[in-house]
Amino acid sequence: MLPLGLSIALQHLRHRRRQTLVSLLGVALGVAFFIGISAMMQGFQRDFIARIIDVQPHVIVKDEVRAAPRQAVERAYPFGAVSLRGLKPREEVRGIRGARNMLATLEEMPGIHVAPALSGNLLLRFGGKDVSVNVTGIQPERERHVTHLEKDLLSGSLDALYTTSNAIIIGEGIAGKAGIRKDDLISAVSPVGVVLKMKVVGIFRSNITLMDNFETYTLLKKAQVLQNRPNVINRLNVRLDDVEQAGPLAAAIERQFGYRSEPWMEQSRNVLGIFVIQNAIMYSTVSAILIVACFGIFNVISTVVFEKTRDIGILKSMGFRDKDIRRIFVMEGLIVGMIGTVIGWLMGWGLIEFMASLDFQMEGFVKAQGFVLYRTPKHYAISAAMAIASATLAAWVPARRASRLNPVDIVRGAG
Amino acid sequence: MTETAIQARNVTRELPGPVPVTLVRDIDLTVNRGEFVAVTGPSGSGKSSLLYLLGLLDVPTCGSVWLQGRDTAGLSPDAMAELRLASIGFVFQFHFLLPEFTCQANVEIPIRRLGALSDSQARKRAAELLDSLELADHRRKYPDQLSGGQRQRVAIARALANDPPLVLADEPTGNLDTRTAHLVFELFRDLAHRQNRTVVVVTHDAELARTADRRIHLVDGRIVD
Repeated sequence: MLPLGLSIALQHLRHRRRQTLVSLLGVALGVAFFIGISAMMQGFQRDFIARIIDVQPHVIVKDEVRAAPRQAVERAYPFGAVSLRGLKPREEVRGIRGARNMLATLEEMPGIHVAPALSGNLLLRFGGKDVSVNVTGIQPERERHVTHLEKDLLSGSLDALYTTSNAIIIGEGIAGKAGIRKDDLISAVSPVGVVLKMKVVGIFRSNITLMDNFETYTLLKKAQVLQNRPNVINRLNVRLDDVEQAGPLAAAIERQFGYRSEPWMEQSRNVLGIFVIQNAIMYSTVSAILIVACFGIFNVISTVVFEKTRDIGILKSMGFRDKDIRRIFVMEGLIVGMIGTVIGWLMGWGLIEFMASLDFQMEGFVKAQGFVLYRTPKHYAISAAMAIASATLAAWVPARRASRLNPVDIVRGAG
Repeated sequence: MTETAIQARNVTRELPGPVPVTLVRDIDLTVNRGEFVAVTGPSGSGKSSLLYLLGLLDVPTCGSVWLQGRDTAGLSPDAMAELRLASIGFVFQFHFLLPEFTCQANVEIPIRRLGALSDSQARKRAAELLDSLELADHRRKYPDQLSGGQRQRVAIARALANDPPLVLADEPTGNLDTRTAHLVFELFRDLAHRQNRTVVVVTHDAELARTADRRIHLVDGRIVD
């Protein structure tokens, strides 16, 4: 047999069946949307992060410094009011100075793979079409330990950069745009005016749209020729066995060598920033749904308290304590919260399965086939906690009012 | 030997406010175990207020109520609720049965709230009570399927659920026809004389009140007779 308070609570809810159902539905929808949307968004976010961690170098050391170098006079009088006019910064040759030493130092550290690179712009010309691209000069034997390029090749191989003269590897997007196929000869024009006939020895697809549409790779030496920057390296790409170390390592490199070092989080800062906003929007949307559901719960229980004032009076005259009365009504909120949660779980699960069954091509930051969904019991737990906590809270207010009713007023008023 | 069941000692109850209203004033009253007392008086004389004070539903402004030789002044609301549960049975003018529950379930509510009996014992006790009030055929019915007299008898059964020594009734016959009202009063007399309970009934019906062992007449919150 059900406990007394529970059976009274259930009778009350049954009495207000339609309102109860609406509140249940509200809670269920909140829970379902939370589960569905979180699975979708976190699925996408985790997939994206996994891909950039997989594809991009974990740390990039660039030939830049974060702050302009301070002038000698400013260093001499750090607290003085120094004003410099007509200052002409020294023209420095761009590129990482002492790159070879840095390379050697970094390579000695355990769990680290480093590859030097020179990146610059290039105009590819093929069949009357011009495509502006980034060209990165790489050393294939080092590059294959640092980026995913070799595994992303749809055709051709990284070693073909060595075996073919003037070889270039291009992204799938570029190939598509200009109608270039493997083994085609294309002309490459660099900003400094070097023109080379290059042979496409490979096409890659990283599924990160920006890379597939703009990145090309050639030998480091060839890139230096194209940019007319002999022996210059402007980038060191670092890959770590332990991704978590990217932040500290980047900071350490920057401290030691002075060059700007970006861990992957910083490289993808824009996108990661969007994720934060996305999550904020998701949580506020779901909270709004739950708040509306809570108004429903508040409404049902307030109505019940109002309608059942006499019953409350008689229960109290019978010997129900304030807390017994309060418990009855809080329980009503809890029942709605819990049943709503379970229905919401089922609906959320169904929503995920439905989204999983959809098949479409999506091209945003990344290229994907259908939704990438992240299924985790955590979402079910969080949504349940939110729903049940807010339902209980919504019930608390009318429950407290019920418990404070004075039985004398009620029985006297009725008589 | 007579045993004091309930005693009001110099009880006054005022409603606070800009103009305080005195409900009852300087009530001294002793009711013995097994006594059937009727409280009468014109409306607004404080009959019901006195009953609520005796039944620990309300707290006197000054003076104190002694229940079975114990002073109840200063008891917490929870402790008073527990005393009401175990020792006092209330019957009101309106039956106040919970409409969603069957008669049987209504009578079980106080028993289950007290928790001294198991579920099956509670069921049995409620059934016996309803049987003794000739409601055996109506146990499974809901309150709105019964006549007024039947409902009031269910309410009496509920008041007796935890076998309280004290039964308090506030105009229990107010909504009943004369014949049924007499039957209900006979029932109360039975509770007092056969079952040795203390019964205090508030009524405005002088004829019914005459059937009680003792009558207390209130005017303007004071006992006058």
